Amino acid sequence: MSTEAAVVEKIEEKKSEPLFSKKNKKLISNPLDMDNPITVQILGVCSALAVTTQLKPAFVMSLGLMIVTASSNVVISALRDTIPSRIRIIVQLAIVSLWVILVDQLLKAYVYDVSKQLSVFVGLIITNCIVMGRLEAYAMGNKPWPSFLDGIGNGLGYGLILMTLAFFRELLGGGSLFGFKVFEAMGIHYTGNGLMLLPAGACILLGVIIWVQRTLNGHRESH
Amino acid sequence: MENLINIGVRSIFIDNMIFAYFLGMCSFLAISKKVKTAFGLGIAVIFVIGITVPINWIIQNKVLVPGSLAWLGDDFANIDLGFLQFIVFISVIAAITQLTEMAVEKLSPALYGTLGIFLPLIAVNCSVLGAALFMVGRPYNLAEATVFGLGSGVGWMLAIVALAGVREKMKYSNVPAPLRGLGITFILVGLMSLGFLSFLGFSL
Repeated sequence: MSTEAAVVEKIEEKKSEPLFSKKNKKLISNPLDMDNPITVQILGVCSALAVTTQLKPAFVMSLGLMIVTASSNVVISALRDTIPSRIRIIVQLAIVSLWVILVDQLLKAYVYDVSKQLSVFVGLIITNCIVMGRLEAYAMGNKPWPSFLDGIGNGLGYGLILMTLAFFRELLGGGSLFGFKVFEAMGIHYTGNGLMLLPAGACILLGVIIWVQRTLNGHRESH
Repeated sequence: MENLINIGVRSIFIDNMIFAYFLGMCSFLAISKKVKTAFGLGIAVIFVIGITVPINWIIQNKVLVPGSLAWLGDDFANIDLGFLQFIVFISVIAAITQLTEMAVEKLSPALYGTLGIFLPLIAVNCSVLGAALFMVGRPYNLAEATVFGLGSGVGWMLAIVALAGVREKMKYSNVPAPLRGLGITFILVGLMSLGFLSFLGFSL
């Protein structure tokens, strides 16, 4: 999956050489696999499990998070020399919630049903550890453009896991994809597996995804 | 009174912040390696949720809801500040966390030594903001909101202490190498969540 993304990055890189140097390209491709925010950095897990019963809310959520992470990364990075370190958390939260309010109002205006389905989880982007984590770890010490790419990259990495989870949960739990009944269209009778739609199913599935990913990329933990 | 007990039990067991809503997962996974630290963080979370939920209830019902500013005079009766909800709630939470940190540092340096690093983390614990947002969506009065807040905190502590207990024992098991650490922890949380499902339909 990450190879596809890397190919896309390469094409973009040729168009605008100085902006997408090798280092900047890494900022986007690393969070997809080796530095994935969910499976490696353990950030933003709450929403990843809660909004993935269907593909549509998962997609909207990933998009929202990507916008919020990238734009607050840019703002914080531009302000990084003027923020006093003692009150930086409150400043960061204020800027993040500003972007979240914008995203929330947009969702309510254009995709009201999805916004209802996501309920409190749009608001919870404010406390999503990916946003805060990237602000602290990257934007506070880097220029706006790399910070923007870092935000986009982590948003994509988060989206990748969310979409994978939602794909399996919707397919196995309800027999559909994006609301389209796959098994019925193929003429197969399918009874949905209720476990996949429960919180428990999401946790176990995410555990298995991590297992597969680590078998492939060789990442290991001692305990 | 019965109603309050019911809300308390519901928020601890049935609507458990971790096992039913996955809120506060980040610190739940990161700080559940030892029972002792898990317990300390749990106490701090109970304290912060227990205080911020009632404060946010008062702000929501006296300032933010359309028409709630009527107590300032007729000119203010039509103002709707609902869109400020997120920023006001998170500011209250961040401020209370900061105050708690300072108070604990002054009053009990020993407790501060144990909890010190966790206190600022609570500001970004999703379960605190999540409890405030759930409280808005449900028709609670002030007493019910307080019980709901405390119950959510207790449920969160219960979950993190239980997971830490299991993870301490995991050291002695032979887990496949790629599954070690995060992978097996997720599967454990899934199994524990299945166990908590048995509380469904349980009411007083």
